[in-house]
Amino acid sequence: MKDKSIKIALVGNPNAGKSTLFNSLTGLRQKTGNFPGVTVDKKFGKLTLEKAGAASVEVMAVDLPGTYSVYPKSADEAVVMDILANPAHPDYPDVVLVVVDGSNLLRNLLLFTQIQDLGLPTVLALNMLDVAQNMNLKVNAVQLAMNLGVPVVNINARTGSGIPQLKEALLHVIEHFEPASPRFFYDTTADYPDLINEVKREYKIDNDYLAMQYVCQHDNFTFVEIPERVKLDGIIEKHQFDKQAFLSAETIGRYEKLRPLVAKVVKSEGEIEQPYWTRLLDRIFLHPVGGYFSFAAVLILVFQAIFAWASYPMDLIDEGTANTIAWVKNVLPEGVLSDLLTDGIMAGIGGVIIFIPQIAILFALVAILEESGYMARVMIIMDKLMRKFGLNGRSVVPLISGVACAVPAIMTTRSINSRYERLLTILVTPLMSCSARLPIYAILIALVVPATKVLGIFNLQGLVLFGLYLLGLIGALASAWVISLFVPRKEPSYFMLEMPSYKLPRWGHVGMSMYESVRSFVLEAGKIIVAISIVLWVLASYGPGDRMDRAEERVTASMTNAAPDQVDAAVASTRLENSYAGSFGHFIEPAIRPLGYDWKIGIALLASFAAREVFVGTMATIYSISGDSEDVLTVKQRLQQEINPETGQPMYNTAVGTSLLMFYVFAMMCMSTIAVVYRETRGWKWPMIQLVYMMALAYVSAFIAYQLLS
Amino acid sequence: MFVKTVSHLKRGEKGVIKSFTDPVMSLKLLEMGCVPGCTVRLDGAAPFGDPVCLNVGGQYCLSLRISEAATIEIE
Repeated sequence: MKDKSIKIALVGNPNAGKSTLFNSLTGLRQKTGNFPGVTVDKKFGKLTLEKAGAASVEVMAVDLPGTYSVYPKSADEAVVMDILANPAHPDYPDVVLVVVDGSNLLRNLLLFTQIQDLGLPTVLALNMLDVAQNMNLKVNAVQLAMNLGVPVVNINARTGSGIPQLKEALLHVIEHFEPASPRFFYDTTADYPDLINEVKREYKIDNDYLAMQYVCQHDNFTFVEIPERVKLDGIIEKHQFDKQAFLSAETIGRYEKLRPLVAKVVKSEGEIEQPYWTRLLDRIFLHPVGGYFSFAAVLILVFQAIFAWASYPMDLIDEGTANTIAWVKNVLPEGVLSDLLTDGIMAGIGGVIIFIPQIAILFALVAILEESGYMARVMIIMDKLMRKFGLNGRSVVPLISGVACAVPAIMTTRSINSRYERLLTILVTPLMSCSARLPIYAILIALVVPATKVLGIFNLQGLVLFGLYLLGLIGALASAWVISLFVPRKEPSYFMLEMPSYKLPRWGHVGMSMYESVRSFVLEAGKIIVAISIVLWVLASYGPGDRMDRAEERVTASMTNAAPDQVDAAVASTRLENSYAGSFGHFIEPAIRPLGYDWKIGIALLASFAAREVFVGTMATIYSISGDSEDVLTVKQRLQQEINPETGQPMYNTAVGTSLLMFYVFAMMCMSTIAVVYRETRGWKWPMIQLVYMMALAYVSAFIAYQLLS
Repeated sequence: MFVKTVSHLKRGEKGVIKSFTDPVMSLKLLEMGCVPGCTVRLDGAAPFGDPVCLNVGGQYCLSLRISEAATIEIE
C-alpha cells in the first residue's frame, strides 16, 4: 500500500497559515488530486530536507484540511483523522508538521496535544508571531518546546523566514524519532481501562488514545468496515461508554493542563484588541444599512465581472471554435468521421471551454473575498435570513457561485459543517441561474419582450433578465424551505465562525483557487458535455431505416429551383426531423403540448437535457438556419417567422416564450450537476430526488405560465 | 432562578464562562477556545442582533448565533 518515500502531513487550525506554509515549503513543486476514497481535494508536493554535514532527503508533503480538533465537524475535516488513524493509508505521514497560530496559542495547542497523544512524530511550527507581537504578546518558543517535548520552530509563513530551521527540525525528527512514548498529555487510560484494553486487543492497536479514536469516531473511518463498526458499537454498549461526557471531559482536561503552560510561555502586555482596520471595517460591513448596501455593491461588481468582462474572452473562444471547426471541415474529406469530429467532438469541447472565462473570473473574485476576510462577514449578515429557509450563512458562497456554474459551486458546500444544511444547499444550488442559461434567456427574451424603456431609464428586456435571476434565487430559497419541511433534521444547526481580521489577499492562493475551479469544471462537467454531444450527434445524424435518406430525396426533388444554400438548410432540417432525435420529439409531443411546445421544441428539450447550453444550437438546426447558426440574431429572426399551423399565428408568442423561460429557470437540464451531486452525496438517492423535484417545478410553472397567457 | 448567559451580554460587556447547558454545543465551543474560566466580551452583532461577535479570552473574535450564545452560562 504505502510507498517508501518519506511523508510529511501539515495539520493545523483554519487561519493558522497552514496553506501559506505549504506553498512556501513546496513552491511550484505542488500538485492537486483527490484523497483516495473521498472527494476532498488533496494538495501535495515534494521538498528537499537538508542540514549541514548530512545528505539531503527528498520528502513528500501533504496539506491536510484545517481543523480545530481531531473530532471532525465537516466532510473536509474528516479526512485528517481518516489518514492519521490509519497507518496503512498511502498518505500516512512519517512526521506531522503542526502549524500553530502564535497569537492564539491556547486554542491551537488543543489540536497539537491530540496529535501528539496519537503517538505520531511531530514538529511544531510557531506561526503568526508578528500578529502576536502586534497584540503585545511574546511567545517563548524554547520554553514551549521544553514543556511539550517536541521541536518548536519560529516561522513566518508569509515571508518564509524560519523555513531552513524548520526543514532541519523535520529531518532530525525523521531520523531520530523514538516510537512509543508512554507519556500522554491527557491520559485516557485511567478512566476507561477495560474499554481501551479490549479495543487495543481486538484491533491490535498500541496507542491508548488511538484506541479511543476507534471508539469515538469509527463511523468516520473509511478503513473500518461495517461489521467492524457494528462490533465496536457492541463493545461501546458493553462498557456503557458515554461519548459526549468523554469528549467534554477530554477537551476540558486538555485545556486545564494547557492553561498554566500557556501562561508560562506567553507574556502578555496590556489589553488585546482586533486590529484598528478590522474594527473600523466591521463597523461598516456589519452595519444594518451599510452591511447590506456594501454586500449589494459587491454582488453588482461580481455580476458586472462575469457578464461584461467575461464576454470578451468568450467571444474570442466562440469565434475561435467556429473558425477551427470550419477549417477542419475544409481540410478533412467529407464524411461521417469528419462530421463526428467537428459537429460532435469539437462542438462539444467548444461548448465546455466557452464557460471557462466566467468560471475563472467568478472564482477568482470569490477567492479574493474569502482571502480578505470579507466572506466571513457576508456569512454573518446573511445567516439570520438563510436560517429562515433551513440554510446556513455559509450557504451564501455556493449560491453566489451557482450563478457561474453549479458544478464548482456544489463543491464549495464542503465547508458547510452541518451535513443537513450542506445537503439542502446542494439540492437548491442548481436553481440559481447559471451561465449556461444565459444564451437561452437572451434569445427568448429578445423574442417575446419588446425592447422598450420602463420609467425612462430601465430597459424592459434587462429588467426581465434580472427578474429571471431573482426568480431562480426565490425558487432556491423556497425549495430549501419546502424540503426542510419534509426531510427531518437529525442534528442541531450551528453557525460558530471564526472572524478573521481583514488581510490583503495572497495572490498565489487566488490563482490556485481559480485554477482548481476551472480544473474541476473541465474535468467534471467537460467530460459529460463532450460525451453527450457525441451521443446527440449520433441521435440527430441517424434515423430508423432509410427514412432520413428518402426524406432528403423528396426535399431535393421539390426544391430544384432554390438556391443551394436554402436546399442545404432544408435538407438538414428534414434529416433531423426524420432522425432518432426527431422521432423522439414527435413521441413526447403529447406530454409537452400543455406547455405550448411542439415536436421541434421537443427535440431541443431532449438535446438540452444533458446540457442546457445545447438549446440554441439545436433550435438553429431544427429551423434550418444556414450560416452562423449560433448567432442569436439570426436564430431570433427565423423563430419570429415560425407560424403555428393550427392557429395561423406566430408560434413564438408571449405564452410559449414565457413558458419556455419558466421551464429553463427551474429545470435540471445538466448531466454534470447530477454527476457532481451523486459524487458529493455518495449515492443516487439525492440526485434523483433533485432531478424529479426540479423537473416537476419546471413543468408546473411552465404549464401555469402558458395556460394563463394563452 | 435567573441564569446569566452570553446572550444577555450588552455590547462591550464582559463575562467569565462558568458552564454550558448543551452537551453537543459545549464540545464545539470548547474546541473553539470557550473554556470555563475564560473571559469573553461581546464586541458586536450582525444586523438584527443575530449572530453576535464574541471576543474570546482576548485571543480572537468568534461569531455565533444567539441560540448558541444562550448555551454559555457566565458570571
